[in-house]
Amino acid sequence: MSTLAAPRRPKALAASAARGRPRFSPTATLVLLAGAVYCLVPVAWVVIAASKSPRELFTSFSFLPGSGLVDNLADLATYGGGVFWQWGANSVLYAGVGAVASTLVSAMAGYALAKFRFRGSETLFAAILAGVLVPGIVLAIPQYLLLAQLGLAGTLWSVLLPSIINPFGIFLCRVFAQAAVPTDTLEAARLDGAGEARIFTTIVLPMMAQGLVTVFLLQFVGIWNNFLLPFIMLSDQRLYPITLGLYTFLSRGAGDSDLYPLVITGSAVSVIPLILMVLLLQRFWRADLLAGGLKG
Amino acid sequence: MTTVELPRRRGTELPRRRGARRGSGSRELTPWLFATPAIVLFTCFLLIPIGYALYLSFRGLRLEGAGAFGRRTEGFVGLDNYVTALTDPELLAGFGRSMVYGAIAIPTVLGLALLFALLLDTPRARLTSFSRTAIFLPYAVPGVIASLLWGFLYLPSTSPISYVARELGGGSLDFFAYPTLYFALANIALWSGVGFNMIIIYTSLRAIPAEIYEAARIDGANEWAIAWRIKIPLVTPALVLTGLFSVIGTVQLYSEPATLRPLASTISSTWVPLMAIYQEAFGNDNLGGAAAASVLLAVGTLALSLVILRFFQRRAFGDA
Repeated sequence: MSTLAAPRRPKALAASAARGRPRFSPTATLVLLAGAVYCLVPVAWVVIAASKSPRELFTSFSFLPGSGLVDNLADLATYGGGVFWQWGANSVLYAGVGAVASTLVSAMAGYALAKFRFRGSETLFAAILAGVLVPGIVLAIPQYLLLAQLGLAGTLWSVLLPSIINPFGIFLCRVFAQAAVPTDTLEAARLDGAGEARIFTTIVLPMMAQGLVTVFLLQFVGIWNNFLLPFIMLSDQRLYPITLGLYTFLSRGAGDSDLYPLVITGSAVSVIPLILMVLLLQRFWRADLLAGGLKG
Repeated sequence: MTTVELPRRRGTELPRRRGARRGSGSRELTPWLFATPAIVLFTCFLLIPIGYALYLSFRGLRLEGAGAFGRRTEGFVGLDNYVTALTDPELLAGFGRSMVYGAIAIPTVLGLALLFALLLDTPRARLTSFSRTAIFLPYAVPGVIASLLWGFLYLPSTSPISYVARELGGGSLDFFAYPTLYFALANIALWSGVGFNMIIIYTSLRAIPAEIYEAARIDGANEWAIAWRIKIPLVTPALVLTGLFSVIGTVQLYSEPATLRPLASTISSTWVPLMAIYQEAFGNDNLGGAAAASVLLAVGTLALSLVILRFFQRRAFGDA
């Protein structure tokens, strides 16, 4: 298992580590392992529960695997004419396209705020900072009403467009552009006659790439996990993201425990790709960038 | 926090030189062009909705004429919606419930995140990369799905805890009764949030130069003293900001109680402020009232955030 982008310790530790590792502390290790077990147990439970037939779910001990995995998966796949897979595809679409667009918009704005001095830049930056603090969810109702007047509510645009603007992403991109893009390089490119658009795409974006991956991941998880926005915007089941779909499963299944195995199997199936994504992408995840951004 | 500060310094000084040398009209325009998509989206999806919410919050149904023949028409109602929102017992109760929830969840999440971060940072712990990854993993699980997972772990008919309790001769445990419900919800927040906050704090810890610890050890400080006297004060900025995000998250609590509602009869449709606002807007069709409550909630959050930042600014961020 690779590390979660552990930032490098300033050099002095290497020297002290070489002199001999400090004593092993069982307490510290056990407390951390307890935390790890606590975080893994619900995931393990849902994967095991997904393998149980409806009867086993309510009678056998929770952590014993059951015999209904194939049936559950088949039920899930055929439920509502395969709508579950549609939800998954929608989530991928909203989170994928939304996060890519959001990262690009944030990178451009962050670069403009970091590397240009222009009238109004301070006002713009202050407005964006205030935007970080405005509870985004509170905006969902007026957004819905406005989009309804434009005839866009209930369409996929109503979920996609509001997800693209991310004040915190702009803020992080500004911090990262300041740190990673040397002004001298920009100057040299301008002297060589490169246009601003070309400088941005061929010089600035590659230099900011590491930070942009973090902004992308944050926004991807943010959109994927967002519930209230699609909940308010969408009424057509075929446009639901997976979170909203599973929620409607459960609320329909209230008092009808026959649907529980379906909800549980659906949760298990939707959690696994997210966990794989975190494990695969964690080496690109730059938490030090976040911590640094928070400082500003 | 020296290493964290460095990149900012380096960047901010340089552009001044360029700006002084050249200032042509097209150069003035370039940053605006880069910022245009963000400004357009910011205006459409933040500024205009905020303005529209303000406008709506002053409008509502007025009774024209009297008695049974009175007609209800939509129009300007002044501060009526605000008065109604501020005196609505259910909304206030919802706010009270989210405060109780926050009072349990925020210190637990931040306290454990700090503890795990400090333990990850001691050279004496082992298996740290496994623990770090495992504790961070729930960050990738959406709030709705986290609530579903825990909901079934709480639900008497599927809960392993209740199963064991029954096997031992006891009865099922009711996690959805008061006051356990608060802890049940706080536990979901803990599970989802501790890893993310831990990583932020841990990253700040790694930015502290090791020379400081060397010096402290030479002076005879043990690991506890180093953690209390050096590490915690130096990561206060990270703690303040993770705390700030936790406060905002508490005010915005929605998907967890909404998801648990079908399983828990104790959660009403107006259990937290956002659920009440949603109910008001789409259940009762009272957009003005919902808008007024949203505005109050947003202003309250903003004020609370600024108070927190102001309060800690001098201590945590030095004179910056």
